[in-house]
Amino acid sequence: MNVRSTLSTLLLGAALLLPGLSGCLGNETAADFRFLNLEPETLDPGLVGGQAGGRIIANLFEGLCVRDAQLVPQPGIARSWQVSADGLTWTFHLRESSWSDGTPLTSEDFRWSWLRLLDPMTASKSAQLLHGVRGAEEFNAGRHDDTSRVGIRAPDASTLVVELAHPVPWFADLCATPPLSPVPRQRIEAAGNRWTRPGEIVSNGPFCLVDRRLNQGLYLQRNERYWNVDAIALASAAAITGDFANANFNRYESGLLDWVDSGGVPPALVDHLRERDDWHATPFLATYFLRCNVDRPPLDDARVRQALQASIDGAAIVQYVTRSGQVAAHSLVPPQLPGYEEIQLSGHEPERARRLLAEAGYPGGKGLPAITLLISTSQWHRQIAEVLQQQWRDTLDIEVRIQNQEWKVFTSTVRQGDYDLARGSWIADYADAGNFLEIWSTASPNNRTGFSDVAVDSLINASAREIDPARRALLLQEIERRVVQEQAVILPVYYFAITNLYDDSRWEGLEPDPLNQLDLRRVRPRHPEAMR
Amino acid sequence: MSSYLLRRAATTVPLLLAIVVISFLFMRMAPGGPFDLDQELDPVVRANLEAHYGLDQPLLTQLGLYLRGLLAGDLGPSFKYTGYGVREILAQAAPVSFVLGATALFIALLLGIPLGTLAALHHNQRGDRLASAVALVGICVPNFVLGPLLVLVFVFQFGWLPVGGWGSPAQVILPAFTLGAIRAAYVARLTRTGMLDVLGQDFVRTARAKGLRERSVVLRHVLRIGLLPVLQYLGPASASILVGSVVVERIFSVPGLGSFFINAALNRDYTLAMGSVLIYSMLLIALNLLVDLLSRVLDPRVKLQ
Repeated sequence: MNVRSTLSTLLLGAALLLPGLSGCLGNETAADFRFLNLEPETLDPGLVGGQAGGRIIANLFEGLCVRDAQLVPQPGIARSWQVSADGLTWTFHLRESSWSDGTPLTSEDFRWSWLRLLDPMTASKSAQLLHGVRGAEEFNAGRHDDTSRVGIRAPDASTLVVELAHPVPWFADLCATPPLSPVPRQRIEAAGNRWTRPGEIVSNGPFCLVDRRLNQGLYLQRNERYWNVDAIALASAAAITGDFANANFNRYESGLLDWVDSGGVPPALVDHLRERDDWHATPFLATYFLRCNVDRPPLDDARVRQALQASIDGAAIVQYVTRSGQVAAHSLVPPQLPGYEEIQLSGHEPERARRLLAEAGYPGGKGLPAITLLISTSQWHRQIAEVLQQQWRDTLDIEVRIQNQEWKVFTSTVRQGDYDLARGSWIADYADAGNFLEIWSTASPNNRTGFSDVAVDSLINASAREIDPARRALLLQEIERRVVQEQAVILPVYYFAITNLYDDSRWEGLEPDPLNQLDLRRVRPRHPEAMR
Repeated sequence: MSSYLLRRAATTVPLLLAIVVISFLFMRMAPGGPFDLDQELDPVVRANLEAHYGLDQPLLTQLGLYLRGLLAGDLGPSFKYTGYGVREILAQAAPVSFVLGATALFIALLLGIPLGTLAALHHNQRGDRLASAVALVGICVPNFVLGPLLVLVFVFQFGWLPVGGWGSPAQVILPAFTLGAIRAAYVARLTRTGMLDVLGQDFVRTARAKGLRERSVVLRHVLRIGLLPVLQYLGPASASILVGSVVVERIFSVPGLGSFFINAALNRDYTLAMGSVLIYSMLLIALNLLVDLLSRVLDPRVKLQ
């Protein structure tokens, strides 16, 4: 073998690679509108749990209701609905519509989909959304398997009747969440868990899935059988997946992406990007907080927890660390929820903090057992934790240790209650304060603080059954006051912000709703003639 | 040769088995599991999921079931990507990594061998010092610096190349160069050392004494033997290009094996992580074997044992 033949072999090899490359081709550049998304874990509405999947599902499927830009539920597949005087029976009247394969969509599709969501064998992460339905929670927990005892009926093809165990005034909100979308029984029975794959999937929303490549993207085309297809301006859209902010930002800057959320905003560039016209920061329905493990000394003493809370200066954190439109938190429930007035914590009060710690038996921090703040691996959490550590040092003269764990280890540790303080956050599933507060009941698996208060449990029960919005708001406020203010089980730090980049001289309908869902139904180019 | 191949194949099976068993046990010993999520699962849901994926069985039973599946060519379903099997995920990602890795290796050889040859032929002269300096810079500049630097210049400054993604030949150039540059530097140094060793040997002097042209001496006799260290390096280098491409994959949004592997490990996607370990192990074993065989072809003095 001589050098010349070695080189020609190498060149031949390189030439052979080219067909292999074309086999991996995506058509991301061809879509009308291209947006950033994390890789969805599933496109099955019955199994979805996170925002990445929910955003795609909300554009592939349509439930009984859809949310408008203010998250108010509007008619979707249901053209109207009535609620009985006792708030227990909801009757939905469905419009005539079909699946993307032309099969008519009926109320029985909804009944079947919701029973599937509740079926314990489905193991849905979102089944609790339907626990207000009569017999649903028991069915979901496997305590009975009689679907006729679950209050979901389809008396005719265009009517769905839902009987609730107790009033759920926000039930229409729930009907607009991705998990309550209908799923195509015929495809699921034919294709099993492969039914969400391109070529297999049938959907009923404004778009159909035509291609998907893991860790690359999803390609959507307008569903010409969608009931309101004339209102859909985009003929196609691509969800480009990527989890590295710098790479995503580069793609946005070079015109390969039309829209990115915070996943395309490198933290190091925030100060620069904030000044640009395509920077859009708005409030997000989510709160960053710390959990206190109330079973462990010294955090089993409410005064110690309150002292830690009163030492936190959230304003410094949003000004110097997060810097992208976040707001220091004075409550757990974010402020922009209509019909609910959140509590007002007194904020950064060093004097009060020192007094509380002294009352708990630790004047000047002396004798206080060691406290550790547990965070998951991220530069962002690390920086916030270090500022908090400094604030506690300056205010209370105590040393809080920071412990860092990889994500899965962190969630497992918190679940087992093996921590003192742990960072946490909560993102609303729908626009309702109850969503932030019911997790603090003794039975909630999301509580994870050891906190258990009979009075709070009964308030949570009462609020779930209260039909009058004003009275319910008062009950919820009382829960928040007790859990956050009086017991200081959680220490709010800041409210999240949505930070999107897009050019609104080119696109309309991209103004984010408080859950940053990106509803493609609303997106249209300002200059259609200049579309790709 | 054939008995050598048989012997190698016979040692490969127990080696792979040991790798699978050890990785399986290590994976399960790591704290946290695939269903430890941000929002805590209802205990009933968790139990159903664990039963569905067989995680409720004793560990050794799970290992047995996994090995039985392996024998039938079944790598199991992914825990994270619902509805996708590990085999098809790997089948999608492996060609991407292969194209990227092979191009990077090609660039490494294309740049490294001439640079090393040049340095050896101008030993201790200006050309040698220049080539060595270039190689040193190549070794010292890490991926995560070189990648963004190339993006800045070739994407944003000149607009010649796409910023990332995967699909067109143009999208391969920057990630492959980033990945190949360090290896090019190593290849240059190895070529230089290998050639210097050979240049001083008797058979080279004999070749020159017989009046062969210098070009023939270098290309036909010196380079052939001088490249042996490079060849030995290519086995582990190919493997490290495939495994170590995760940084480059992230910088250029390339959907290759590296990102799947890292994410699978972080997400406790047990089956996908195991599948990735398996594919990497097989690649490493196959590449090492290939290198041993090629060494023998290049230099008949090499004994296959």
